[in-house]
Amino acid sequence: MSQTILAVSLTFAQVCLAIAMALAALRMSRGPRAQDRVLALDTLYVNSMLLLMVFGIRTGKDIYFEASLVIGMLGFVATVALAKFLMRGEVIE
Amino acid sequence: MNIMDHAVDLPVWAAILVSFFLVVGSGLTLIGTIGFSRLPSFYERIHAPTLGTSWGTGGIVMASMIFFTVLATRPVIHEILIGIFVTVTTPVTLMLLARAALHRDRAEGNPDVLAEVSPDEPKSGPALGE
Amino acid sequence: MLPYPLLSASLVIMWLALNGFTLGHLILGCIVAVFASWGMASLRPAKPRLKKWYLLPKLVGIVLYDIVRSNIAVASIILGGHKRKFKSGFITVPLDVESPMALAVLAVVVTSTPGTAWLEYNSLNRTVLIHVLDLVDEAEWQTLIKGRYEALLMEIFE
Repeated sequence: MSQTILAVSLTFAQVCLAIAMALAALRMSRGPRAQDRVLALDTLYVNSMLLLMVFGIRTGKDIYFEASLVIGMLGFVATVALAKFLMRGEVIE
Repeated sequence: MNIMDHAVDLPVWAAILVSFFLVVGSGLTLIGTIGFSRLPSFYERIHAPTLGTSWGTGGIVMASMIFFTVLATRPVIHEILIGIFVTVTTPVTLMLLARAALHRDRAEGNPDVLAEVSPDEPKSGPALGE
Repeated sequence: MLPYPLLSASLVIMWLALNGFTLGHLILGCIVAVFASWGMASLRPAKPRLKKWYLLPKLVGIVLYDIVRSNIAVASIILGGHKRKFKSGFITVPLDVESPMALAVLAVVVTSTPGTAWLEYNSLNRTVLIHVLDLVDEAEWQTLIKGRYEALLMEIFE
């Protein structure tokens, strides 16, 4: 019983997050400006982090938690560097 | 459903609770991203991903915490680190991005943004909040 | 020995949460926290002063409630059909808080609530530019931010 409930909701969550990632990728390819693409990249990072956590529940393994933590941190650093680049034209002054 | 074999011992109430948080979290994230792809201007789009980073992340973190706590029969709370981390970092990235966008729009003389600038603000330096 | 006790304590808690609670990890986490707070001390950041720390749970409660409410509001705006009934816009809010810590917390609160985004703080005339997704009345938002968050933050930090 609980397996069925979980399987249905996990599939729903994975489908939702996959559609969300597809929409973010669409926005990233469509633009129209550089800041939209960077924001889309940030959204993509967050969504993939959540997708990995859902995958961790599905498999019951702890390792996906660490992977999603790493993705979250990399996404933060990447977005900050890109925003800085958009503002000044260089990352390290 | 061989892949779900580890969840055999999960009681039904926990499964329902986990499913509820999963559905709420992923649904809000999806709504946020739909808004992100539909809203017309950049400054409106910047609001949409916060749906995914506030209760989208919160819901999935709660689901994961409940799931592993009930399965392991001891408190597993390390997922909350992701929640705290995302809550602290998202405003920083959004603020930096918004300031970069403002700077670019002002440099180009985009009319809808320039109208909002207060007169005694230096136009060239973006380093105002520092 | 411990220049930043709050930072060290949260580092130990984070270390134990990531690695599991054992005696070995407790000792290792304490060593890491002590060295990290020494490193922090050599950077000499301004020390935040929490005057009334017991008001912090109230702030967290208010913010969580507002996040839930505005999540629902923004979700209904996004899903609310194709015709645009809402009008978004920039507002300028004059602020009275001065401490950088309180400003940082206010920025995090405003940005993490869906529907409002903190754009930039002008330290010369102490105003902040905020973008609001569903802007009905500018004065209403100004009193909301000043009355609901800023007053509490000033009590906590100043």
